[in-house]
Amino acid sequence: MKISYNWIKEYLDLNVKPADLAEKIERTSVEVDDVVKPSDGLKKIVVGHVLSIEAHPDSDHLHICQVDVGEDAPLQIVCGAPNIAEGQMVIVALPGSRIANNVKIKKSKMRGVSSAGMICSLQEIGFPEAVVPKEYADGIYVLPADAKPGDDVYDYLGMNDSLIDLDVTPNRGDMLSLYGTLHDLSAIYDLPVKFDQPAVKEAGEPIADQLSIHVDESLAPQYKMRLVKQVKLAPSPMWLQIRLWNAGYRPINNVVDITNYIMLKYGQPLHAFDYDKFAGEDVYVRNAKAGEKLTTLDEGEHDLDVNDIVIADDKAPIALAGVMGGLDTAIADGTTTVAIEAAVFEHDHIRKAAQRHNLHTDASQRFERGVNRTGLQDALDAAAQMMDELAGGTVQTGTVVAADNVPAPAVIDITMSRVNAVLGTDLDQAKVTHILETLGCDVTADGEKLTVTVPVRRNDIHIPADLLEEIARIYGYDELPATLPTGRMTMGELTTSQKLMRATRHSLEGLGLNQAISYALTTEDKAKMFLMQPSEVTKLAWPMSVDHAVLRMNVITGLLDDIAYNSARKVKDVALYEQGRVFYREDGTDRPSEQEHIAGAITGTLLPTAWDAPAQPVDFYQVKGIVAAYLKDMAVNGDVTYVANPDMPEMHPGRTADILVHGHRIGFMGQIHPTIAKKFKIGATYVFELNLQAIIDMPKQENQYDVISRYPAITRDVAMLVDNDVTNDQIVELIEKRGGAFLQSVKLFDVYDGVKVPKGKKSLAYTLTFQDKHETLVDDVVTQAFEKVEKRLQDDLGAEIR
Amino acid sequence: MSLKDKLNELHERGLTEIKKSGDLKDVNQVRVSLLGKKGPITEVLRGMRDLDAEERPKVGAFANEIRDDLTAALAKRREELENAVLNSKLANEAIDVTLPGTPVAKGEPHVIQQIIDQIEDLFLGMGYQVLSGPEVEEDKYNFEMMNLPKNHPARDMQDTFYITKEILMRTQTSPMQARTLETHDFSKGPLKMISPGVVYRRDTDDPTHSHQFHQVEGLVIDKHITMADLKGTLQVLAHELFGDKFDVRLRPSYFPFTEPSVEADITCFNCGGKGCKVCKNTGWIEVLGAGMVHPNVLKMAGVDADVYGGFAFGVGPDRFAMLKYGVDDIRNFYLNDVRFLNQFTKKG
Ligand SMILES: [Zn+2]
Repeated sequence: MKISYNWIKEYLDLNVKPADLAEKIERTSVEVDDVVKPSDGLKKIVVGHVLSIEAHPDSDHLHICQVDVGEDAPLQIVCGAPNIAEGQMVIVALPGSRIANNVKIKKSKMRGVSSAGMICSLQEIGFPEAVVPKEYADGIYVLPADAKPGDDVYDYLGMNDSLIDLDVTPNRGDMLSLYGTLHDLSAIYDLPVKFDQPAVKEAGEPIADQLSIHVDESLAPQYKMRLVKQVKLAPSPMWLQIRLWNAGYRPINNVVDITNYIMLKYGQPLHAFDYDKFAGEDVYVRNAKAGEKLTTLDEGEHDLDVNDIVIADDKAPIALAGVMGGLDTAIADGTTTVAIEAAVFEHDHIRKAAQRHNLHTDASQRFERGVNRTGLQDALDAAAQMMDELAGGTVQTGTVVAADNVPAPAVIDITMSRVNAVLGTDLDQAKVTHILETLGCDVTADGEKLTVTVPVRRNDIHIPADLLEEIARIYGYDELPATLPTGRMTMGELTTSQKLMRATRHSLEGLGLNQAISYALTTEDKAKMFLMQPSEVTKLAWPMSVDHAVLRMNVITGLLDDIAYNSARKVKDVALYEQGRVFYREDGTDRPSEQEHIAGAITGTLLPTAWDAPAQPVDFYQVKGIVAAYLKDMAVNGDVTYVANPDMPEMHPGRTADILVHGHRIGFMGQIHPTIAKKFKIGATYVFELNLQAIIDMPKQENQYDVISRYPAITRDVAMLVDNDVTNDQIVELIEKRGGAFLQSVKLFDVYDGVKVPKGKKSLAYTLTFQDKHETLVDDVVTQAFEKVEKRLQDDLGAEIR
Repeated sequence: MSLKDKLNELHERGLTEIKKSGDLKDVNQVRVSLLGKKGPITEVLRGMRDLDAEERPKVGAFANEIRDDLTAALAKRREELENAVLNSKLANEAIDVTLPGTPVAKGEPHVIQQIIDQIEDLFLGMGYQVLSGPEVEEDKYNFEMMNLPKNHPARDMQDTFYITKEILMRTQTSPMQARTLETHDFSKGPLKMISPGVVYRRDTDDPTHSHQFHQVEGLVIDKHITMADLKGTLQVLAHELFGDKFDVRLRPSYFPFTEPSVEADITCFNCGGKGCKVCKNTGWIEVLGAGMVHPNVLKMAGVDADVYGGFAFGVGPDRFAMLKYGVDDIRNFYLNDVRFLNQFTKKG
C-alpha cells in the first residue's frame, strides 16, 4: 500500500520529513518498503504550450512543433507522438534536462531538423505503465489548459509528494487505508486527527422501491447498496487522478475512480454496478451453482465453484463477491445509474476464491484481512456524495441494508502488574491508559486492573497479549531495558549423541575431508542408489523441480553431485564428507523414519600435489585408512571387519567392502562403479557410507591406561608365498592365534604379486613383535613361538616361507 | 740451562706448535711429540733424579703445571678445529626456507556448521538444551500447534513441500518447540532450548532463495520471563556472532506463534550504521524474528498460559553467513565447491 505524505498531512498536523515519518512507521507499526518522491532525479521538465505544428518533410510521423516554454522565444521541438496537437499544454524536457532512468536530454537533430528538447509521455518522466490513463498510454500526456508555460510540471502531476510504501503484515488489515494509517499515526505521535465525513444529499426515489437484496448472512454478514442516477461518466478531476496514480491505480473514469479512492481512504472495497444491466430488480448474495460461469472485468472467464460467493441477479452471477465484478454489469460508456455495493464477505471464502481463480485483487486482499466493520455506511455515503459532486449524479433516497451484523467490540481485562511483568518495564497506569486511549480504546480502571474496550476496526486485538504488543510498540521498543532471563539454573549440555556427531565431524576433518551440506531432496533415481536397507521412496506431492522431488535414502549421491559440480569447474581433487539424515519408508506408511548417516567421497588425490610430494591418486586403502581411523576415534567396542561385497549394483564389484562391527553391517566402502561415475560425469571416486545412528547406539570402549613395558621387545620377520585367494585377514588371524602369550603385534610390511612370484601367488611379509611385560624375554622362547607360527602358516594356509 | 728453563722453553715451543696445527691429525702429532712417553717433558722429568731432594718436588710440580697447560691447549685447539669442520658441513646443508611446506590432509567444517556450532555453544553456556526434531513433520506440529490452523492466511506466507495432506517437510524448526513444550516438566525448572536444523520451503532456487536452508529457533518458558529478557538475549547473540560494536533494535512484526512479535535488526556491516546500499540507507539490517510466545501455543501444548510465559526467536544461519561474509549467492552453501568451502578456515 502506497500512502501519500501530502494526503496524511491534510489530516494530521505533522512536523516531520517524509523519511523520518517512514522510519517512525517502520519502528512502531509496519514495515516500510521504500519512500519515493516521484520528482527526485528529474531536472528541467516544464509545461510547454504547443503554438503550432507542421509535418516533418522527411518523415511520415514526426511533427515539427513550436512550443512556448515561458521564454522569450518558442522552442522548436520535433515530436513523434500521434496525439500531438496545436494548443495543447504538454510536458517538455528542456535541453540539459534529466528524465526517467537518469537519461539526459540534449539539443539534437532529427532527420535534419533541429530539436531543442523533447515532449514527454508520463512514462518518460517515470510513471509506471500501469497507472497511465489509457488515452495517454501510447502518446504524450496533455496537461490541464490552465497550466502555465515554463512552470515545472511536478506540482501539476503530484510529483512533489512523497509516497511511503507500506508492507502491511497479515494482521494489520486496518493499515491498508488512509484512515487506518491516520489512527495509528495519531497514537504514535500523540496528535489528534481531523477526519471528514460528508453529508449525503439524497434526492431521488426511495431506493427500496427500486432494489431488493437477498443475502446469505453466513457468506456476507454485512451487505449494503446505494443507487445513484443520472451520472455522467467523465475523466476525474486532476486532484483525484493524482491521488490514484500516486497510490498505484490507473485513473479510468469518475465513477470507477471514486470507488477506488474511497477504498484507499476508508479501506472499504466498493463495487459499482451498472444498475440498468441487472436482470430484474433483485440482487442475491449466494454460493455459485455448479456449472455457472462468469466473465470478470479483466475479461477473464471463470468456471465458478460451488464454494465461490457470487452476487447474482435473477438470471446469472454478476460478480465474484469480494474479488472482482462481472464484465456484463460493469461501468461502461452509456452507464447512467450506478449501484454502489459496500459489504463484508466471509474471509476464508474470499481467500480460497482468490486462490482458486488466481485473482488476488486489492478487494480480496482487504476482505481476507478484514475491513472496518463499523465503517461501511460512511464509505458508502462518501462515495455516493462524490458521485453527486463529480459526476452530477442524483443519490436515491436511503440505503438498502440487506445484512448488517456488526461484531461487538472486544473487551479485555489486563492488570498493570501483568503489563510490567511481561514487558520487563516499570510503566505507570496513567501512561498505559494514555497509550491505549490514543489507539482509540476505552479504558476503565479498577485498582490496577484495566478494562479495555477495543475499537471494532482493530480486528487484530482480542487477548491481553495483543494489548501488550500495542503498549510495547507505542511506548517504543528502544525504551525496553535489555536483561537476561533469571530464575532456576538449568544445565546446558550436549547429549551423548550430539557429542558423538560433533566428534564425528572433527575426526573426519582431521583426516582431511571437508564438510559438505548437500540437498536432501533429489531425484527418484538417485534416491534409490547405494541403498543400505530396503525402503520405499518418499515423494513430494508438489515438487518445485524434478531435481528435488524425492527424499534421499543415501548421502553418497549428494556428494557425487558435489564432485560433479567441482569437476565441471576443473576442480579435480575433492574430498568431502557429509553428516545428515536419510529417509526410509515402509510400504503402507506415509511418514518415513529418519536415520543419521555419515558418508564420504574422494576423487583425485587426497593430499594436494606439491613440489616435494608426487600426486598419489586416492585408492581403496587410503579410504579404508580414513574409515578405520574414524571408527577408532569413535571407540566402537567390537571387532571391525571388512568383507568383500561384489553385489552392490552402484559399486565396483571387486573393490567394495561391507563394514562390520561385531558381525553387524554398519555400512560399506569402496570405489563407485565406473558406469555410475560416467552417469555423474566424474572420475574414479571412492566412497563410504555408515549408519551413524548405529555407531551412536553401540557400546563404546572407555580409554584405559596400560603400563608401558620397561622390558625390550624382540621382533621377527616372516615372508611367505601364498595363493592369491588367501587374504591378509586369514594370515593375521592365524598368526595372532598361534603366536603365543608374548606376541604383541603383527604388522604387514610388504605385499608383492609382480613378475618375481609365480602366477597365482603373492608374497606377503610381516613383522611379529614379542614382549613380556614383566621380564626380559629369552630368545629361545621367541624362536619357539615363531617357529610354531611358521609351521602353522605352511600347514594351514599352504604358505611357502621364504 | 736449568731444568726449569728447559721446561719454560718447552712450554713456549709447545704452545706455538699447537697454535700452528691445522687439522686434527696435526693436533694429534703435536700431542704425541710433546707429551708422549718419549717426549721432551718425560725426558726432563727423568733428569730430576740428579736434583737434590729439596729441589725435586718444586720442579716436579712445575713440570706437571706445564703438562696440564699444554693438555688443555691441545683440547681447546681440537675443539676449535672440530667446530670449524662442523660449521662448514652445516653451511653446505643450507636449504631454501621459503619453499612451501609439505601439504597435510586437512578438512574444514562447513561455514553454516561453524555458525550453528557458535550459536549452540553460546546458548549451552547460558543453560539451554540443544534439541533437534524430525525433518519430516506432521502438519499438526509444524503449523497447527504453532497457532497456524489450516485456514490461517499466514500459511500463504510460507509455501510448503507436502508429502501427504498431513505430512510435510518442516518449514521451520519450531515444531520441536511444540513437541518439547508438550513433554517438559516445569516442576523441574524452566524450559530453555534451541533447535537447530535443516528446513525446507517450496521456493525456486536463485541467489537469494533456496528450497533448503537452516534455522536455529530458541525458546525460553518460565514464570517470569520478560520481553526485556528477549531483547538482552538477542543482544548477546548479535555480539557473539558479529562483535560487540553491533547494536540490536526491535521493530513490530507479525508471527502467528508470538504476541507481541518483533523483527530484530542489527547495525549494518557494510557501513557500520551510517547508511548504504546494502541496508537501503537505514543503517540497519534485518536478521531475525522473535516475540513473546503466543498463549495459544502454550495452551495447545498443555501449558498454563496464566502462569508460564516466555520468548521465542528464530535465526537463519544461511542469512547470517551471507551477511557476515558478503556471500552473494545462497546456493553456494549447497553446491560445495571446494574453492568456496576452503575460504572459511579460521579457528577460534
Ligand atoms: Zn549500510
